Amino acid sequence: MPVHQYDAVIVGAGGAGLFAALELGRQRDLRVAVLSKLYPTRSHTGAAQGGIGAALGNEEEDHWEWHMFDTVKGGDYLVDQDAAEILAREAIETIYDLEHYGLPFDRTPDGRIAQRRFGGHTHHFGQGPVRRACHAADRTGHMILQTLYQQCLRNDVHFFNEFQVVDLLLEDGVVAGVVAWELLTGELHVFHSRAVMFATGGWGKIFKVTSNAHTLTGDGAAICWRRGIPLEDMEFYQFHPTGIYRLGILMSEAARGEGAILRNRNGERFMERYSPTLLDLAPRDIIARAMITEIREGRGIDGKDYLHLDFTHLPRQVLDEKLPEITSFARTYLGVDPAREPVPVQPTAHYAMGGIPTDVWGRVIRDEQNTPVPGLYAAGECACVSVHGANRLGTNSLVDILVFGRRAGRDMARYLKEAERVPVSHNPDSDAREQLERLLSSAGGEKVGAIRDELATCMMEWCGIFRNGPDLQRMLDKIAELRDRYARITLDDRGRRFNQDLLEAWELGCLLDVAEATVRSALNRTESRGAHMREDYPKRDDAQWLKHTLLYRDGRFAYKPVTITRFLPQERKY
Amino acid sequence: MKVHVRIKRFNPEKDRRPYWADYEVPTDPFDRVLDVLHYIKWNLDGTLALRRSCAHGICGSDAMLINGRNRLACKVLVKDLGPRITVEPLRGLPVIKDLVVDMEPFFSKYRQVMPWLVNDEPPPVRERLQSPEERARIDDTTKCILCAVCTTACPIFWGNGEFLGPAALVAAHRFIFDSRDRAAPERLAILAERSGAFKCRTVFNCTDACPQGIEITKAIQDLKRAIVLSRT
Ligand SMILES: Cc1cc2nc3c(=O)[nH]c(=O)nc-3n(C[C@H](O)[C@H](O)[C@H](O)COP(=O)(O)OP(=O)(O)OC[C@H]3O[C@@H](n4cnc5c(N)ncnc54)[C@H](O)[C@@H]3O)c2cc1C
Ligand code: SF4
Ligand code: FES
Repeated sequence: MPVHQYDAVIVGAGGAGLFAALELGRQRDLRVAVLSKLYPTRSHTGAAQGGIGAALGNEEEDHWEWHMFDTVKGGDYLVDQDAAEILAREAIETIYDLEHYGLPFDRTPDGRIAQRRFGGHTHHFGQGPVRRACHAADRTGHMILQTLYQQCLRNDVHFFNEFQVVDLLLEDGVVAGVVAWELLTGELHVFHSRAVMFATGGWGKIFKVTSNAHTLTGDGAAICWRRGIPLEDMEFYQFHPTGIYRLGILMSEAARGEGAILRNRNGERFMERYSPTLLDLAPRDIIARAMITEIREGRGIDGKDYLHLDFTHLPRQVLDEKLPEITSFARTYLGVDPAREPVPVQPTAHYAMGGIPTDVWGRVIRDEQNTPVPGLYAAGECACVSVHGANRLGTNSLVDILVFGRRAGRDMARYLKEAERVPVSHNPDSDAREQLERLLSSAGGEKVGAIRDELATCMMEWCGIFRNGPDLQRMLDKIAELRDRYARITLDDRGRRFNQDLLEAWELGCLLDVAEATVRSALNRTESRGAHMREDYPKRDDAQWLKHTLLYRDGRFAYKPVTITRFLPQERKY
Repeated sequence: MKVHVRIKRFNPEKDRRPYWADYEVPTDPFDRVLDVLHYIKWNLDGTLALRRSCAHGICGSDAMLINGRNRLACKVLVKDLGPRITVEPLRGLPVIKDLVVDMEPFFSKYRQVMPWLVNDEPPPVRERLQSPEERARIDDTTKCILCAVCTTACPIFWGNGEFLGPAALVAAHRFIFDSRDRAAPERLAILAERSGAFKCRTVFNCTDACPQGIEITKAIQDLKRAIVLSRT
């Protein structure tokens, strides 16, 4: 068993992990390793299309206070406002830093960073849309990922690629490192380290139709949960309105920001009825529900479960220059030219608002008193600060991963000035080894692919955009049944080298955990707020539920108050 | 529609040499080759190894040789291939297992060209200015997703592992022609060496194969011209 010694280990090499690594990597006296199950440039940050929000005011008047307000309102007032203020303020300097690092943003005629409209982003506290999303065509995430990776290379950050982290080492509640499995050799490695940060991204793969990559299986959240850390606000999962029909591939909100329109089978611009002010640029939860309502009432295209995203009135130049990537997705995967025909779309599972609970410095907390776990950090989609509350606004995840990824990096550097190295116990890899051995040796004939498919199909049905008590209970029972079958899987591959059969089996265990946390939290919250819509409790209930859920793996719930500084909860209308 | 799939398989842990394996797969014309491979992996033989993540052509994980051409498996549809599909690992990189190759030689070339913006002048408080025209100069080469399709389609690279290869040259181009960058002379000196830009014989394999549609050969010509100019 190889053992490595580091000051800090960062798990995940998307935007959050890389920005933290860059921040730490500039401290020459610290030994930092980034462990990633993918080559860093394969991370799903690279899929982000439309933009990153910051009130630069390059195209028209804008202020960070407006951005903060939109974030709070967009999140249906479940947002912690101290965190939202940091997000909106620091977004601005973060964009400039990225630009200085070389990010090739699109430019205005006078050479400044170009900005465009995006859902839920407004001027004067909700008066009308504002140009706030900085972009590089519809490849913004790609450019962020590349730029950060490049600067990490320049600063000699140490990467361990295709190392799957499978366990977190805590000794008496203090971080001691992680256990990682090297895919190439099948060997387990121990990374002994004074600080650990999780930046492992989301878990869209618990749903059948998703914009998320195959590798987004919630590993970091599951690992922490198994080690006694609660998960926060797991009931809030965002469906993006416009995924390509059946495939789930995203048609960025930038499409509607540039003027595309949603239509039903009658050709009607139905958002006029649901959101008279913001129309097709209302927040995602509202549009996704409107779409499902249209479909349920028989106004889906040909009466089926999809609608049309119409670009045909836009000049071809807009498609070619501002939306080249999504134009090519429609052509490649559907054979549809968006300049001539509307694109069939349906809501697609997109983003986890909840996750590993942290404070505004990325420090993971273990309870409702905000008690930090010494040395443990999380940032990015796997974490919950919470800046997105019950529903994230478009362009705010890229801000979140960078602002809080970097803050975590900075705080780790501070922490490492004093923190002692904690010795690890005798067999630090024994739990991980046992988990993997069990998967390898079990022989009940069940198949990983079949269980995963059933989980995702049922989650879509019973824990999707509209939820109710009986369906959620049904889903819990289903998960119990699937866990039972999971204990009886049979793998085809029992070798050591690059054993992806085993890898997918281990990831399925994570999917089952995060799905269960989602369903339990959804069943528990008897109100509707943001992306969490209970048909049996259709109203928001601030008296009872203006609070964050913390769910422990043993089924225990705790609650954290929402931090309110500037904006009192109001009814949410657009 | 049933398709017949042949995959070149090799697991050095147990096979003495690579062999062809054959599978019959039920498909829809709009299925991606990646879906077909997943079908095999999840239903017929779980030992099949391949890299993939995003499944829509943006992460660069699943480059492989499909019906004799370098492609991303998630960006080719069954309807465009017909009833027989042949899949092999990329050429020119050592095979780890089945369709998974060792990417390290590829990334080490990338790192050689200093693929990061260098500008140590104190930055302004806000953004550095760049005109839309200056930005347009690098638009094409910033699209690279490091999939290795181009480099492993290049006969010069097959013949000479020292050659930097098209992808590294694309990365160099992206920075050399960025109006904000200050390290063009150093990069051009690297490219002027024996394994650099002049090894390119404009075969165009790279440009034909690039899934991002980057005009690679043209970028390399830009570089050659810049090297010549920097000498005078
Ligand atoms: C199609 C699409 C478009 C989007 N567009 C936008 C947009 O326009 N604007 C916006 O703000 N947001 C957008 N988002 C959301 C945003 O892109 C993501 O939320 C964000 O990029 C997540 O970044 P991250 O750093 O947290 O994680 P990721 O980029 O997902 O990275 C996760 C990392 O963790 C590693 N990892 C995971 N598990 C393990 C493990 N067990 N061991 C080791 N490593 C592990 C992976 O290898 C990877 O490096 C979009 C999302 C999608 C899917
Ligand atoms: S230039 Fe094109 S083919 Fe080559 S690595 Fe980049 S994206 Fe792939
Ligand atoms: S899986 Fe990402 S490019 Fe094919």
